[in-house]
Amino acid sequence: MKIMVAIKRVVDYAVKIRIKSDKTGVETANVKMSMNPFCEIALEVALRMKESGVASEVIAVSMGPSQCVDTLRTGLAMGADRAIHVDAPSTLYPLTVAKLLKALVQVEKPGLLILGKQAIDDDCNQTGQMVAGLLNWPQGTFASKVVVDKEKKAATVDREVDGGLETLCLDLPAVITTDLRLNQPRYATLPNIMKAKSKPIKKMSLAELNVDLRSDLEVVQVTAPPVRKAGVILSSVDELVDKLKNEAHVI
Amino acid sequence: MENHKAAAAAVAYRLLNQTKHKSNKILHQRRLIPNSTQLNPSSSTSGFTQHYTSVPLNQFVASYRWDLRKSSLIRTSIHHRKFGSLASTIVQRNPNFSTINHDDLIYFDKILGAKKVIQDPEELQTANTDWMHKYKGSSKLMLQPENTTELSQILEYCNSRRLAVVPQGGNTGLVGGSVPVFDEIIINTRRMNSVISFDQVSGVLVCEAGCILENLISFLDKKGFIMPLDLGAKGSCQIGGNISTNAGGLRLVRYGSLHGTVLGLEVVLANGSVIDMLGTLRKDNTGYDLKHLFIGSEGSLGIITKVSILTPPKLSSVNIAFLACEDYISCQKLLFQAKRRLGEILSAFEFLDSQAMNLVLHHLDGVRNPLPSSIYNFYVLIETTGSNESNDKATLEAFLLHAMENGLVSDGALAQDFSQASSFWHIREGIPEALQKAGAVYKYDLSLPVEKMYDLVEEMRTRLGAAANVVGYGHLGDSNLHLNVSARQYDDAILAQIEPFVYEWTSRHRGSISAEHGLGLMKAEKIYYSKSSETVQLMASVKKLLDPNGILNPYKVIPSSLVS
Repeated sequence: MKIMVAIKRVVDYAVKIRIKSDKTGVETANVKMSMNPFCEIALEVALRMKESGVASEVIAVSMGPSQCVDTLRTGLAMGADRAIHVDAPSTLYPLTVAKLLKALVQVEKPGLLILGKQAIDDDCNQTGQMVAGLLNWPQGTFASKVVVDKEKKAATVDREVDGGLETLCLDLPAVITTDLRLNQPRYATLPNIMKAKSKPIKKMSLAELNVDLRSDLEVVQVTAPPVRKAGVILSSVDELVDKLKNEAHVI
Repeated sequence: MENHKAAAAAVAYRLLNQTKHKSNKILHQRRLIPNSTQLNPSSSTSGFTQHYTSVPLNQFVASYRWDLRKSSLIRTSIHHRKFGSLASTIVQRNPNFSTINHDDLIYFDKILGAKKVIQDPEELQTANTDWMHKYKGSSKLMLQPENTTELSQILEYCNSRRLAVVPQGGNTGLVGGSVPVFDEIIINTRRMNSVISFDQVSGVLVCEAGCILENLISFLDKKGFIMPLDLGAKGSCQIGGNISTNAGGLRLVRYGSLHGTVLGLEVVLANGSVIDMLGTLRKDNTGYDLKHLFIGSEGSLGIITKVSILTPPKLSSVNIAFLACEDYISCQKLLFQAKRRLGEILSAFEFLDSQAMNLVLHHLDGVRNPLPSSIYNFYVLIETTGSNESNDKATLEAFLLHAMENGLVSDGALAQDFSQASSFWHIREGIPEALQKAGAVYKYDLSLPVEKMYDLVEEMRTRLGAAANVVGYGHLGDSNLHLNVSARQYDDAILAQIEPFVYEWTSRHRGSISAEHGLGLMKAEKIYYSKSSETVQLMASVKKLLDPNGILNPYKVIPSSLVS
């Protein structure tokens, strides 16, 4: 069974982001970029499935400008067998990504499509759900545990929901999006990094996949949240009561 | 045996006949002498003979004087060591120093105001004890001046009254240099913590000595610069203390020592005079460059109040690799290759042995072995910092490929993002913490020729056998070994096996007995292992010139016999 893992190149989560002066977006020039942490977790679960014999091949896919290849190389260094890079402009919204993934799935025909639950740059949490809808596949989102039964062609997924954990059983092929507690991604070790240099990265264009890039969304403005005002140290309870009454109007 | 008895008698005689306190309040003095003392005479390779006295753990030497006014005994010359590492001459309180009286307190109150004069026992308890809980003084007063003028007035007064002082910053030193030995007044710089100016173009930062290093790092981060030094204690240590001890840290191999990056200092001398050498010029060859005297003087020549330091720009591409080597020779060859193939982008080269790795994995939370397949003998951490991400990554990968092909490296992992990078650093920076948690630790910080460095660790292992766990790690890029001996509890038998063997071994190989930690109290009498007696005499002359009454951080850095 083939597993396809979608990965996204985002601003490294440890970087302190700044807004561009024209407020059109976040400053990404000269800023460290790396693989979205949830995508790392997705890739890790796919690699563990391959190691346990459930899957035969792990394909990493990414969409965007040429720098995406760096992120795909990281994926190959972690242990993916091959990668596909879809050449596209950098701003892609979830619906477009979902359509592209659908087209890729129809080419590669994997048994499982695994994604991170959301990307840390837009926090959309939409792509996995949308692609499942487009493909008409079952979906197990916010997965904190995944067990695949090869003979029955089904996956048991524990989902992290507000009330606790929900367990679903999905028929394959299915879409799974990964949550934080699913696993701890492995480090890319030197032997694998060296092997990754010879693994193939196939480049595909939007035209090949026949997907229309036109988006229904337009980002109008990006602003930073208001700076937190400093607290005020008061000298007595009376002053506190006075402020709560007359300034904050809460009593 | 006779020799021992005679020597013990000599020590006792000397203590009993110590010159009287100059104050006229003394009636008589009483002494407590420990029940058993063993003397281990030994001589260093420079021919200086020293007598070492081991004092059993729970005993201490104390002297008392009778205070007429209070009609009670006041302990004056106690030096109470809480734990081991007692192999040193018994320190006695210098009778030339005055003790604080009521008038002094009134004066300090007048100059500083009640908020900055601390006599609260709990706060003093913390200020009197060092980070390792190994040294504890008995100061009754801490002053926290807010600016240079206040500090100058305090010092002028203390000098006129012959009151000894201890300059204190973040109190993270590892050789007992930042805490009082007896009742010296603690002068803490934490209130002098503002950034004065920052030049965006040249990267010159001017700030007060009490600024915490991590705060400076965050401040500079927003401007696109970094501090030229980085160490595990950054959350608490202050820049004044870093400079007073010429701190090295993790990035010395790339940015050099503070002697190179500090452009200027403002210093207050013992008599209160303010010496303004706070230049911000990169090049200034006008006269003797006196600031270098104060860098690394551990507060014994003057107290640093302001600092002007050159900060490097923050480069975007940081890569870090965690590598495993089979033997120490491979580590050395790796260093050689790294300097050549990584060249200007190399920013850190650290090593640790398998004992250090096991300790960290065992005692620290949230630490994962990056190479879990097996435990290797040595681990090397290499960091590169450059301006071009793809170039640097390619260079690093080419270097690592070369290293693997030539058998220098058995395995390794390359960090893919910041969180993986910080988890690699956490392993290396967490070793001191893991050692503290493991029980008692004897710490040594030595500069040795790279080829010989690990030989010392192995010899110590043979000497101590099963009695202790000998751990070696350090800044391989700077030839700096941190040798730590970890035992379940402090034990004089273990100490006797370590000292003076370690110092003599280092001296024989012309190394330094204190690469970056300084001498402080711990190694105050050991300077001859690394410096000639003529050099030390010259140091004593400088000390006498700048601090004739010897009030600044007494009993530390250079042997007291030369100073009194």
